[in-house]
Parts: sequence; structure tokens; C-alpha cells
Amino acid sequence: MPQKTPLYDIHLKLGAKLIDFHGWLLPVHYSGIIEEHLAVRSIAGLFDLSHMGEIEVEGEDALKYLNYILCGNIEKLSYDGRIMYCGLLNESGGFIDDLLVYRKSKLQYLLVVNASNADKDYAWMQKHISGFKAEIRNVSLNTGLIALQGPKSGEILYETARRNFNDLFYYHFTESKLAGKPVIISRTGYTGEDGFEIYARWNDLPQIWDSLYPIAFAHGAKPIGLGARDTLRLEMRYPLHGNDIDENTTPLEAGLSWIVDFTKDNFIGKEILVQQKKNGVAKIIAGFVMEDKGIPRSGYEIIQSGEVAGVVTSGTLSPNLSQGIGLAYLNPEKIGRGGDFFVSIHGKERKIRLVKGPFVKSKIYNSHTK
Amino acid sequence: MSYPEELKYTSSHEWIKVKGDKGVVGITYFAQKELGDIVFVELPETGRQYKAKNPCCVVESVKTASDIYCPVSGTITDVNQNLNSNPELINDDCYGKGWIFEIAISDPSELDKLLSAEDYKNQYTK
Repeated sequence: MPQKTPLYDIHLKLGAKLIDFHGWLLPVHYSGIIEEHLAVRSIAGLFDLSHMGEIEVEGEDALKYLNYILCGNIEKLSYDGRIMYCGLLNESGGFIDDLLVYRKSKLQYLLVVNASNADKDYAWMQKHISGFKAEIRNVSLNTGLIALQGPKSGEILYETARRNFNDLFYYHFTESKLAGKPVIISRTGYTGEDGFEIYARWNDLPQIWDSLYPIAFAHGAKPIGLGARDTLRLEMRYPLHGNDIDENTTPLEAGLSWIVDFTKDNFIGKEILVQQKKNGVAKIIAGFVMEDKGIPRSGYEIIQSGEVAGVVTSGTLSPNLSQGIGLAYLNPEKIGRGGDFFVSIHGKERKIRLVKGPFVKSKIYNSHTK
Repeated sequence: MSYPEELKYTSSHEWIKVKGDKGVVGITYFAQKELGDIVFVELPETGRQYKAKNPCCVVESVKTASDIYCPVSGTITDVNQNLNSNPELINDDCYGKGWIFEIAISDPSELDKLLSAEDYKNQYTK
């Protein structure tokens, strides 16, 4: 039986269509994916993300330990309340998971990981902790999570918390209270919009949802399911672990070399990444839009001059562009050669156009965009 | 309301409305509801022949592509071109403006193997 989040009853009341998502019973949509997607882009949306995993790391060597198991440099989290996007890599440089690191103090960190990987991540972390004066705790089942995303998020949170978060910038977090309950509020998300992720104790989550929902609803915001979560992230070109990145893809192949700190002495997977940096990669991720009609899907082949040139890892109809978009791994030589690419959809070749950067402009909240 | 009596149904969630030697085909209320927002329809080619239970076109929602199976054998005589620009007609009016294609039925006895509204509703929409 799939597990229920603390908001299960609320989802039923809101008429959600629930699915088994990696062992969790979660809404795939409420009113409809497109309507929900557009609500987040134009107003705001509330997401139940309680399935996400949380792992605490604490101890004298916490920083040293994280710098060994993660590809980024945690020293760059130079003060408490900062957050970093990072990769947990295997010896081949492949993604065991991608995650967020929250610095609570120099000795205390919180890792937010993908639901389906939480147990695997924890086991891997446990395996590599010997020799470090640090402890890890899997607190996934004590930690509930609601995301509030969209241009009206700041107003909705202000009216709910009676406190403004104007000084809380992108990839920063703070402790606060909602509905009288302690929460961690971070200015992060998976949509490209301004917004917050709100962590609370598991059993406190329904009250927190109930304090946010009527205010959000009055603004025209909607509850959002996993379907729109996926279209929102894909329009921003954010990778999804299990689709676009996995144990057989490295940050360099995934276009994420910016998350790797090559100046660090040693970390798991470094050797392979150094080689790839020097010699190049055999496959590289590319974003594309459909020039012809059709919707690309994961697993479809990319064709150039009649030959297979790669495979789609994510694809959908972009609700904002009303056009098929996707991510694919391609042979870099074939990109270099130029020439048209096609995706094979239902046995027919449809033309695509490779594009750089996000498909839709990001509107995150930082000190420059304030 | 959701499953008109005068139509015949398949276990793969198509309906067919028989008019003389032709039939109009679409997908059921249950099917469009399960798929959610329909955003693209790959229509069959007029003049092509299909056997019963073979895939003949594709209906796509945001999340998935779903094959549509020909309820009976025959030749496609017309397709609903409006679905090219308004695929959501299937969500809005699955038995009316959301029809998908018309087929010249080559073996009318195949119609007897299809489901009644009541049988379809009881067996395949739970």
C-alpha cells in the first residue's frame, strides 16, 4: 500500500486524482494540469511535497564530510541560512541524487532529497561516513513540506504569517511560525517562479495548509498536482532525477558543470569528472522545441540524417508555449556536424529545433531582480 | 448521461455510433476524464483500412499519449479536422463535437461483439 501524506484527506476533499508516485499516494491533478500550470505562472499554487526526503547532517566534521560526498563546495555556503543545489555522485561521477543543502549552522546541515531516492541516499551516506566526526539522521517521515509558488506567493505568505519575507532572497531560508507552528521557510522551488518551500513537523502540516489555503484561494491560487509540477519544471529546463539525470549521467553530461567545484581536493566521482572535462563527453543534454506538430515523450528517439542521434528523457506540451518541448541526450559530434534533428513520434519523423537555456523566462526573487 | 444507450462500446474505451453502413467513433466520458486535458490528436488518414482492435490514431494529454483502437474493421471515410486546432473538444463534448473519425464498416457482424452502454459502464469505468 502506498503511504499517505499528512494532507491526504485534504486532497480528497479538493477532488484530487491520486496516483501512486514512488510509494506515495499523491495528487496528479485537481482541476487539470494546464489550468493548474497557468495558475502558478500567473497567480500562485500550493503543492504537497511531503514525500520529499530530508536528511540531517551534524557534527564537527559535517562540512568536511559533505565536501567529500557532494560535488559542490559547501564552504561556499558562507553563512547560516544559505542553500545550495548539489549532486550526490557515485565513483563514476553519476548522480545518485540531486539535492538541496541547507546550512543551519557550520556544524548542522539539512539535505532535501528526492522521495524515491531517500533510502538509497541515506544508505550511501552511511557507508561513506566512517572516519568523519559526523552523524546523519533520516527525518523524512517527521518532515512535511508545502510549496507555495507563483508571483502572488509573497503576498499570500505575508497575509498568512503577518510577516513579510522581502529580505529573504532566492536560495535562502529562515525559521518562522505559521498557524502557531514552527516552520522553516525557504525561497526555493521547482517552477521558475518566485515562491517558498515550507517545512514543518509532519502532524502540523494540515493546520499550516488550512492557514494558507483560504488566503491563497482568495487570490485565485490553486492546489497543484504532480502533473503541473512536471510541466512547470520542464519549461524551466530543471532536470528530474530518474528521467534526465541518473546514476549513469554526470553533471558535465547533464549541462550542470556549474554545480561541480573542481578546486576541491577530493570528492567522490572527481576523477571521472576531471577526465570528462579534459577529454569531452560522449553524450550531452540538449533542450529542444517541436518545429512540427507533436509531443515528444521520454524514450522517443532523436534522428539525424536517418540515424539515431540520441534519446528523449523528458517531454511534454508546454502549457505556456502551446508547443512540444523536451530534453534529450545527444551525441556531441552530431550536434557539431549541424544539420536538422527530428524526433520519431508514432513512427514519423518530426522536426525539432535545439534551444539553449530555459524554455520560459525564470522569475526568481533575488536581490538583483527585487 | 455519461454513456448514451444508442452507442456501442469497447473495453479499450472507444464508442461507435452506427449510421447505416458507416460508424462514427470517439472516446468515452471515462476515457477523456482519465486522460485529463487533451492537447493533441493524431488523426487517422482518410482512405486507410484498419482491422478491428488495431491502433489507428493517438490522443494525447499533457502527461501521456494514448492509442485509439478501431472498434470494427473498415476504411476511414472522414476525420474530425476541428480536433487539429481544438483537441479539447474531446473533453468538452466527447460524444458530440469531440468525435474523432468516421469508418465504413466492412463486417457488420463485428458490431455484435461490442458492449452495450450498461455493460461498458459496469465493467470498465470503475
